[in-house]
Amino acid sequence: MLNSSRINIRWSFFVFFIPVFLWLMLLFILPNIELFRMSFFGMDNYGEMDFTLDNYTVFFQEPVYWLTFLRTVGYSLTVTLLVLLIGLPVAFYITKVARLRLTGLLMILILVPFWVSEIVRVYGLILLMRESGILNKLLVTLGIWDKPIEMLYNDASMIIGLVYTTILFMIVPIIGVMDSLDDALIEAAYDLGAKKLAIWWEIIIPHCMPGIMSGCIVVFMLVLGNYITPSLMGGKYSLWFTQQIYNQFIAYLNWNRGAAFGFLLLLISSVIIWLALKLTRQKLSAVIK
Amino acid sequence: MQIALSVNNVTKNFGDFRAVDRVSFDVEDGKFFSILGPSGCGKTTLLRMIAGFYEPSAGSIEIRGKNMLGLEPNKRPVNLIFQHLALFPMMDVKDNIAFGLRRRGERRKKAYKKVADMLERVGLPGFGNYKIDQLSGGQKQRVAIARCLVLEPLVLLLDEPLGALDLKLREHMKVELKELQAQVGTTFVYITHDQSEAMVMSDHVAVMKDGQFEQIDTPQNLYYNPASSFVAQFVGENNKFVGTLEKSPAGRYAVKLESSQKIFAGKVEKLEPGQRVELFARPESMIINPESELEDINVLDVEVKSILFDGGNSRLLVKSEHAAGELIVALPQNNMYDDIKPKDNIRIGWHPAGSVCFENTGIKTYAEL
Repeated sequence: MLNSSRINIRWSFFVFFIPVFLWLMLLFILPNIELFRMSFFGMDNYGEMDFTLDNYTVFFQEPVYWLTFLRTVGYSLTVTLLVLLIGLPVAFYITKVARLRLTGLLMILILVPFWVSEIVRVYGLILLMRESGILNKLLVTLGIWDKPIEMLYNDASMIIGLVYTTILFMIVPIIGVMDSLDDALIEAAYDLGAKKLAIWWEIIIPHCMPGIMSGCIVVFMLVLGNYITPSLMGGKYSLWFTQQIYNQFIAYLNWNRGAAFGFLLLLISSVIIWLALKLTRQKLSAVIK
Repeated sequence: MQIALSVNNVTKNFGDFRAVDRVSFDVEDGKFFSILGPSGCGKTTLLRMIAGFYEPSAGSIEIRGKNMLGLEPNKRPVNLIFQHLALFPMMDVKDNIAFGLRRRGERRKKAYKKVADMLERVGLPGFGNYKIDQLSGGQKQRVAIARCLVLEPLVLLLDEPLGALDLKLREHMKVELKELQAQVGTTFVYITHDQSEAMVMSDHVAVMKDGQFEQIDTPQNLYYNPASSFVAQFVGENNKFVGTLEKSPAGRYAVKLESSQKIFAGKVEKLEPGQRVELFARPESMIINPESELEDINVLDVEVKSILFDGGNSRLLVKSEHAAGELIVALPQNNMYDDIKPKDNIRIGWHPAGSVCFENTGIKTYAEL
């Protein structure tokens, strides 16, 4: 009896474990190990593949690479902060201010755009903002502007696009933690003499910190690794580091250098997330819950 | 005596529903004032209007003669202790208590010194670095009180803060709260649905029902001279008899019960003979098996239903054909009545002077529902 039940447990364990294991191993771990290996190889003067650190050193020697890299990281942090600043009041309105029936409607309004793919969402935004777009027509009709203005294809429009495509991933985790904040805490702070800013700073934000951090991590990763939005909405100078990686793989067919760049991106995002968790004294286990 | 809090004709409507209906009262400086009422009577709404979370639909609220209307909660010289205390879990004890001081712009060092003094006063010296979830229920209670008192409010409002504690601790905190109030001398306005809390702690109690005050009085007066049938039933235990008021040629009032038994009435005010009335007699005014030579008392034959032993608060539940429900008789614990058993037939009697009479309103207490 005992023996057969132990065998059963082992069987069911393998039934569930093997697909997950295969999935991770074949599609994630093995390709990454191979890419990591490739990033240390390059063609030497005789056209032979050989071990080299060139793929990494070229990143630091060529300004266009590391400048693009810094730009990407800087803008990713900016977008994350913007999304947080917009997301916090929205989440507060949905959880604490809006009536129960309205809450569901508002959540659906936020979710609906995410039922379509990112590419469709970005084209929707382009339709709205382009020179012959709805926004320009409206403003010209109202007489605010004399003639249509091109709002697209610069860094600002790229940031608008990135904020729009990631805001859901900030609002949802914040709503999760804000829901559990007792209204009486806000009232107590108000009663004890706190002004609005102090209530946000001392009560709401500390309580929501796990949700804020998990939202920030997801948004930061999504923005940092985004390819579509910077390509479609950015201008010709709005370089994004993922485009450099893409170019290495597809345009120059230099998989080794592309792999090296990919690992640099992975490294910096890990470091920044680790720093952010340290600075806000949050534990990763609490944040990913 | 200076008036700390003055509420005049305050009304609050929520749509068509009138939660508080023309309530007026004054609280003198340094007094312990309680508002007692069943849940849903509007007492929390009233308290939140004083704190500033709701604006009254009509009427005025003054603190030390200053009009409070239109002033936000963070600008009022009152503080509220919430039902579930609302301590900030993201801060330790000392930052919780220093929260209000820091908002006033006091320096951290000076604030922490005041916090340490206050912690000593509420009997928690050295607890400053504790986290909120490390405290017991009673300690949380004291931290919540300290957090408000450190701001030296003119009036401290308390919204049933003892409700979440277990019975033993609640009894203990009642005494402690009363002593603390006497010691600090701050005016307390306390709301509760527990009549024992209100009676034990307060200088004055207002009994509230359906948004209105039924009576504002000292606990003693509420108990012995209730102003309405509701107060008589809600404050303490009471035995109710329903019948028709009659007046004898000698000018004595009596109540003719359904069973056509007559019982003498005590105080009769604003009532006419022939009216349907309710007569109330306290359990402790009942005498078990009164001596037959006692004159002028009401005597009923009853059957003992059960004996509710509760130490010094023991009672008999008895059934009489003359009253609708069961009657409660206080059972003195002097071993005199140890031989009384359920199903025994005994007599009970009481002096009419200890009973009160009101017009029959049909108000039911929880026990009869």
